[in-house]
Amino acid sequence: MSAFAAIIGRDIRLAFRAGGDALTLVLFFVMVGAVVPFAIGPDRVVLAKLAPGIVWIAAFLSMLLGLDRLFRADEEDGSLLLFRHATIPLEAVVAGKMVAHWLLSALPLIVASPLLAVLLAMDFEAWQRTMLALLLGTPALTAFGVIGAAVTVSLKRGGLLAPVLILPLCIPVLIFGVAMVVAPVGSSAALLFLSAFSLVSVAFCPFAAALALRVSGE
Amino acid sequence: MTLASAERGRIGMSAMSAREPLVKVDGLALSRGERRLFADIAFELRQGELLLVRGPNGAGKSSLLLTLAGILKPEAGTIVWPGADQGPVLHVVGHLSGVKARLTLAENLQFWAAVNGVGGLSPEGALDAVGLGGLGAIEAGHLSAGQARRLALARLLVSQRSVWLLDEPTASLDTAGDGLVAKLIAEHLAQGGAAIAATHDDIVGATGTLMLGGAS
Repeated sequence: MSAFAAIIGRDIRLAFRAGGDALTLVLFFVMVGAVVPFAIGPDRVVLAKLAPGIVWIAAFLSMLLGLDRLFRADEEDGSLLLFRHATIPLEAVVAGKMVAHWLLSALPLIVASPLLAVLLAMDFEAWQRTMLALLLGTPALTAFGVIGAAVTVSLKRGGLLAPVLILPLCIPVLIFGVAMVVAPVGSSAALLFLSAFSLVSVAFCPFAAALALRVSGE
Repeated sequence: MTLASAERGRIGMSAMSAREPLVKVDGLALSRGERRLFADIAFELRQGELLLVRGPNGAGKSSLLLTLAGILKPEAGTIVWPGADQGPVLHVVGHLSGVKARLTLAENLQFWAAVNGVGGLSPEGALDAVGLGGLGAIEAGHLSAGQARRLALARLLVSQRSVWLLDEPTASLDTAGDGLVAKLIAEHLAQGGAAIAATHDDIVGATGTLMLGGAS
């Protein structure tokens, strides 16, 4: 087993052992969707109109919830320090953890999105577009989250700081994510922007986060 | 890995002359905050050598090891690892064990073998070597502090590295554990490795001692 795969495998195995961490995110995601109809009223037309925005807000907030556990546990038990002398560079370790984090915090939300679609009276086509938008946009949210978690890992109470730090970075993802769902047929500008955001942020995040981890060790 | 299979059991550095130092340190100085911890540290470590770092609490023993490991940036001086271009050359055992409580002992070791490179003992063999044989299938969270320490030492055995940096390797170990640490280090040195240990105890087989100054 290669080192990269071992890092992904360990994080996933730990998440399943600890039980409920990934489930908490999904529950939170569905809860937001379940509460909104009560707050706004059961008007199906209004709900369907607001649904893409609500799904994105719910996804964004639940992904923020899981940020703190990304590097914190490894910092506390000393693993993060040992990763400096792995056979693969720290950047690759961070990339592995990023992939694991996406699988654990974004993929379950996408899988649970049909539930939200029903609760928010979305039609099938809107749900399809929402799911595609989530697939394209969540890698960027994950990448920014990894940077935020890396910058705040040495702060004892950095749990709330990371979301505040990455909030401005995530706003464009939300804008184009929602725009992609509500875009008229045949318009692919939002889709392309969203994909570009994800590609660039995923490519640069391991380097930025590894640099932050190196500096925080001093 | 550059290790030929015929050379298993020997450290990868063995191709090099035994006289060639594994690490050269010169004029090393470090300050934490306003306080100068140490200055003008210079030594060379060759195969088969064990350097003990001694000094009172707060003298900078752990910081010296972290500096050698490249975690802390020295204020002055140079650290040269002649073998570092062939891959990582050192193992670190710090205060924290790097053990995941929810993974079994064997899974913990398998993970580090994958990340640090294989070439050492199998996870089961390493557990036997540190006196945790037969416990491979239980979760590491059930271990006592001393057993967790032994597991941290087992991590050094599953991947071959030429230099061990050990920070208080005997902390929270029983008397048998002290002997175990000495035995593991002796075997490592016999295979052509080297070790630097910060400790308050005596470890037999030390070839040099570095005294760090008292608290000022």
